[in-house]
Amino acid sequence: MPAKGRIMDEATIDRTLTRIAHEILEKHRGCDGLVLVGIRTRGVPLARRLGEKIRKIEGCEVPVGLLDINLYRDDLTTISDHPILRKTEIPFPIDGQKVLLVDDVLFTGRTIRAALDGIIDLGRPRLIQLAVLIDRGHRELPIRADFVGKNVPTSLDEKVQVSLKEEDGVDSVDLVGMGAD
Amino acid sequence: MRLQSRHLLGIESLTADEISLILGTAESLAEISQREIKKVPTLRGRTVVNLFMEPSTRTRTSFELAEKRLSADSLNFSASGSSLSKGETLIDTARNIEAMAPDFIVMRHSMAGAPHFLARHCRASIINAGDGAHEHPTQALLDAYTIKQKKGAIAGLRVAIVGDILHSRVVRSNIFLLKKLGASVVLSGPATLVPLGIEHLGVTVAPSIEEALDGADVIMMLRIQLERQGKGYFPSLREYFSLYGLTEERVGLAKPDAIIMHPGPINRGVEIASSVADGPYSVILDQVTNGVAVRMAVLYLLAGEADHAHSAEERTGH
Repeated sequence: MPAKGRIMDEATIDRTLTRIAHEILEKHRGCDGLVLVGIRTRGVPLARRLGEKIRKIEGCEVPVGLLDINLYRDDLTTISDHPILRKTEIPFPIDGQKVLLVDDVLFTGRTIRAALDGIIDLGRPRLIQLAVLIDRGHRELPIRADFVGKNVPTSLDEKVQVSLKEEDGVDSVDLVGMGAD
Repeated sequence: MRLQSRHLLGIESLTADEISLILGTAESLAEISQREIKKVPTLRGRTVVNLFMEPSTRTRTSFELAEKRLSADSLNFSASGSSLSKGETLIDTARNIEAMAPDFIVMRHSMAGAPHFLARHCRASIINAGDGAHEHPTQALLDAYTIKQKKGAIAGLRVAIVGDILHSRVVRSNIFLLKKLGASVVLSGPATLVPLGIEHLGVTVAPSIEEALDGADVIMMLRIQLERQGKGYFPSLREYFSLYGLTEERVGLAKPDAIIMHPGPINRGVEIASSVADGPYSVILDQVTNGVAVRMAVLYLLAGEADHAHSAEERTGH
């Protein structure tokens, strides 16, 4: 896939997450009742980093959970083999809590729709919000993010590729084209 | 990574990677059974027929629970009280069930190869829930899951399997699986109940239970079917227990942290002493719990395979 350009480097990702952490604390007036849930795969390291930043800024521990949405996908009957299922680990009660979903890229909104179903199967939170590093548009469902790192206008034949140290060994966000090859 | 077949007919045809995929998926699904709402929508709208032509409570209820937790619709056929006991042939039964367009058929049958026969004649994915003395793949998978859960890994372990080797499909599936994952297997039982040539499967046969248990990490006891008594396999249940029953004294021959398994239902005082079955090393009830997660994993992965097969057919114009 030909690279079309770098959207974020390591320092930008870090500054963006710092800003989002501040925005979360500002909007929620602290971290009381707040829990972070990272959507597998790359939402998980982002949620952990946000949790760490919130701890540094405010000095409070925000629980971080991991959610695998594959059991809730709406395309299980149409995609060929089923995706590798990984563990959902939310080892704290979410009833009455403010759940902040974290993912890398917001695109069609179908992943978030599945994540909402997944969360609601686990309890009844007071509210659910969404934080994403990149919003690339092209929504197919009435879903929007509450906290956005960067809005990136894209065409459908492009792809936003997020790499994170915990998964890929490097921090970067790139726009890549899929049409050329 | 995916399964190569849309059926689960036995362990023999699976690769070590496929077995690990099933066990890993089961690990991810186990969490659902601990939720307050023990259900996910994954197999919504899929139909599973549980075709049990031999009595079974444990395996059938375990499959049923797995199906319900994944939101599949299931219906049960059993040998008694249906056309199966009225002389219908297997192929006619299969055609009738097929006409209802199920996505899965879970089958238990007294004849080895019956599920394989069904797999050749049905569009549904077939899951073997035990065929004669041949295979019982989901039992071996849940045993492996339990061993992995308690011991961390399977490679390098010494597993002793004791009892009626001759009539046991559980043993055959377990031998295939444990060998593929790198464990060593030693068998023991009355000479009349150990088939000649079983060593060709890569196992050793110990002349006594004591030698089989010596240094074992895992002790797997097999059920002595009480109806076998009086058929000349062994003189009496009391003698069987004195020679092959698992007593606390015999457990002492195995490694200090050995686990004790049994596919159930257990005969207390025949193949296993009550104090051992209820003792601290027994994982018999963990096996039952894990059975649901393992069967959920099999259904989840095979559902993906069935879609794969259908979309391939559509592409080629079927």
